[in-house]
Amino acid sequence: MMVTLHVNGVANKLTLAPWTTLLDTLRIHLGLTGTKKGCDHGQCGACTVLVDGRRINSCLTLAVMKDGAQITTIEGLAKDGALHPIQRAFIDHDAFQCGYCTPGQICSAVGLIAEGRAHTADEVRELMSGNICRCGAYPNILAAIEQVISQKSAAPPRDGGP
Amino acid sequence: MANMSTSYLGKPTSRVDGRAKVTGAAKYAAEHNVSGLAYGFVVTSAIAKGRILRIHTTDALSVPGMLDVFTHDHRPKLAASAEKYGDEVAPPGSPFRPLYDDRIRFSGQPVALVVAEELETARFAASLIRVDYEQQQHVTDFEAHHGRARVVSENGESQSHKRGNAAKAFSQAPVRIEVEYRIPVEHHNPMEMFGATAVWEDDDRITVYNKTQGPQNCRNYVANVFGMAQDAVRILSPYVGGGFGSGLRPQYELPLAVLAARALRRSVQVALTRQQMFTIGYRAANIQSLALAAERDGKLASFRHQWVGMTSQFENFQRNYVTWSSLLYKCDNVELVQKLVKLDQNTPCDMRAPGGAEGLFAIECATDELAYAAGLDPLTLRLSNYSDKDQIEDKPYSSKELRECYRQGAEKFGWSKRNPQPRSMKDGNELVGWGMATGIWEAMQMKASAKAVLTANGSVEISSATADIGPGTYTMMTQLAADMLGVPIEHVTAKLGDSALPDAPVEGGSFTTSSVGCAIQAACREVQKELLRLAQRIPRSPLAGAKLEDVTLAEDGIRHKSKNVEVSLADAMRAGNIDRIEKEASAEPNEKSKYSHYTHSAVFAEIKVDEQIGVVRVTRIVNAVAAGRILNPKLAASQILGAVVGGIGMALHEETLTDNRFGRFMTHNLADYHVPVNADVHAIDVIFVNEKDDEINPLGVKGVGEIGIVGTAAAIANAVYHATGKRVRDLPITIDKLLRP
Ligand code: FES
Ligand code: FES
Repeated sequence: MMVTLHVNGVANKLTLAPWTTLLDTLRIHLGLTGTKKGCDHGQCGACTVLVDGRRINSCLTLAVMKDGAQITTIEGLAKDGALHPIQRAFIDHDAFQCGYCTPGQICSAVGLIAEGRAHTADEVRELMSGNICRCGAYPNILAAIEQVISQKSAAPPRDGGP
Repeated sequence: MANMSTSYLGKPTSRVDGRAKVTGAAKYAAEHNVSGLAYGFVVTSAIAKGRILRIHTTDALSVPGMLDVFTHDHRPKLAASAEKYGDEVAPPGSPFRPLYDDRIRFSGQPVALVVAEELETARFAASLIRVDYEQQQHVTDFEAHHGRARVVSENGESQSHKRGNAAKAFSQAPVRIEVEYRIPVEHHNPMEMFGATAVWEDDDRITVYNKTQGPQNCRNYVANVFGMAQDAVRILSPYVGGGFGSGLRPQYELPLAVLAARALRRSVQVALTRQQMFTIGYRAANIQSLALAAERDGKLASFRHQWVGMTSQFENFQRNYVTWSSLLYKCDNVELVQKLVKLDQNTPCDMRAPGGAEGLFAIECATDELAYAAGLDPLTLRLSNYSDKDQIEDKPYSSKELRECYRQGAEKFGWSKRNPQPRSMKDGNELVGWGMATGIWEAMQMKASAKAVLTANGSVEISSATADIGPGTYTMMTQLAADMLGVPIEHVTAKLGDSALPDAPVEGGSFTTSSVGCAIQAACREVQKELLRLAQRIPRSPLAGAKLEDVTLAEDGIRHKSKNVEVSLADAMRAGNIDRIEKEASAEPNEKSKYSHYTHSAVFAEIKVDEQIGVVRVTRIVNAVAAGRILNPKLAASQILGAVVGGIGMALHEETLTDNRFGRFMTHNLADYHVPVNADVHAIDVIFVNEKDDEINPLGVKGVGEIGIVGTAAAIANAVYHATGKRVRDLPITIDKLLRP
């Protein structure tokens, strides 16, 4: 089947078997291996990407279902070499160890902040609980996200995408 | 220069590989889409014991895009003798040989590898494979069979130990407890599944991107199994998505990928599924029986500890589970025993703090029970039995700031405000519990080598065939080299995860910084010496006559510490007509040390539980750690945090259940096998207690990878008792256990 996926601002026309997941499409067909596979069953969040601004598990989505959609992966967050504030905060707070859950955590955090639902530490914890970190970096992930949320509320809203 | 300057060491430094990890640039084993890549999908056995009669592959092979199905009777030649399948960390026995013969030794054993042009094709075709078995009666029920356990003493390591007369002392003491603790099977579940991308070069050589904690361990394994020369095999593992011990030994995706690549003469990638991650090694289920007795003042009179664990039919896996109490608590009458029962399961393997995490759970819960029986504060009881000597080896410690861990941890936690009475502390509807425990881990060092290269323009490359599974090895190597060679860390490149680099052991046991760090120190010292030698060759050298300890390296050159003179890097190298200095060196432990070397910790836990629902929340942990010199407090604290989270999982969540009718693990995905998520984790305070240790190794480091999990589950279990008055002695402490009358 033919699909067009707009990934990180680039339109990709692909011919895919209809059962190909968005995750495998990104990793294998587009070579964007920053999006991780941790279970392939929607149980870990490692494959989180942003589709039309919303965070989803790309392993639970077939690529053909997203024909025409705008997809942002971890590779698309930094602009012209400048890290996204969440990426910067993850480094500053040491919010990862092995780094394998990290792209999913970061995309999920970007989605979370855009949702505007998390106001307290407990809400961030709860709403980030779809992303497992087996290295256990949770307190630092929380700190990184809280820092960006507080910067955002202090500063005028930025334009542009995630 | 003999004394290291400390411009980077001891300072909180961000990960040097951080940018690669937050941008998705870091590539893990199954992410190398080399050209012409084929994909393998593993088929695993449905029975636990028996023989394969026939594997029906016709349907699978008829799927368009299929390449081949490899089985024990359709595969290239593999080594026959079991010892060729051994590895650096293999326990005594006869290692499993993947796709070797028709015998089934455990459920989930690989029986076929389906290879196709595309991953989806391989996965679909794998579902069409039918296997006929001749099934034999399996034995997998640990609970039912633990009575058959025997002491297994191989390589002189049964870990059993006896001194005094424990039975007699027990019967005569006024305060006594006899308790039994249980830990279930647990699986590591690193977030990255095991994967191997075997890059085909020619019939005699192979390069494999593999998920491993030891690239050279895997290199030697592949060379042995396939009868290849060691230098014809190269294993690359620059990024590893977690290990926790599961990647110490080669896992079966490695030989399967290599086998297929050699047979098909093209590159092949094999990645396990999350379900298949439950067919590899695991933390063994165990039952620990303890009988402790004390005088009325809490002084230990007798300590008996028996550990019964499980292993496979083909290897005897055991670590040191029982001797820890003799390192912590003074006692003259001691009896420590370890026993194993063989089951039709895969061999267990090291999982974070193997031996310590299990042993200290039981030891520290039992100590808490003894304190209650004696009517003493649990911390007071521990302090009054504090041992300044390793009573197993009869040696003093090179350093042991455990008292300081207790003091600083208790102070930070507010332990003195604790009402010892169970069920006495409340927060609204919730019962509050405060518990504590001790942690201990052996501070080891292994032989390792490293290479340092300094160029005339002041850039440094440091390399060693170690791994970085998450602790921050790249950063540690970079900090050390920058410090020793006087360059900013931005000028240092660290290389690891490549079997072709200078020899290093597997990354595990908390010994990477001590082992590889000391090798880096030695290699950099050789560079310093060479640079000084060259600088002194300059006509009328300002450094003439200077000794190594008189000079220091700075960004611009080599400088005399007391006289205001220096020689630039470029000038020194020109004197030798070179543009780089390259030195390799190794370091090894002092085997003749008169001291015992251990890391210690004191863990304090607060839990809250609403009794009506039985859900336990760990609201606060303070972990005070004495681990010698801390090279990077930022990354070291992350190691403790992460291990504490592992301890929370062990205490409250993690359990792999076995369906004994089929002889297989039935908890085999992340929905059923619970690990802590963000909402399960609250405040965790890490304290590094000052601990100076000049004896242990030239860097004075002990390692921090394991210590954070040791004692954590016990502190939580003790807090649960304090909150509820219920002793749950079988992990994990789930709702049903708290609600049972
Ligand atoms: S890989 Fe998609 S949720 Fe785990
Ligand atoms: S950083 Fe390793 S799983 Fe999160």
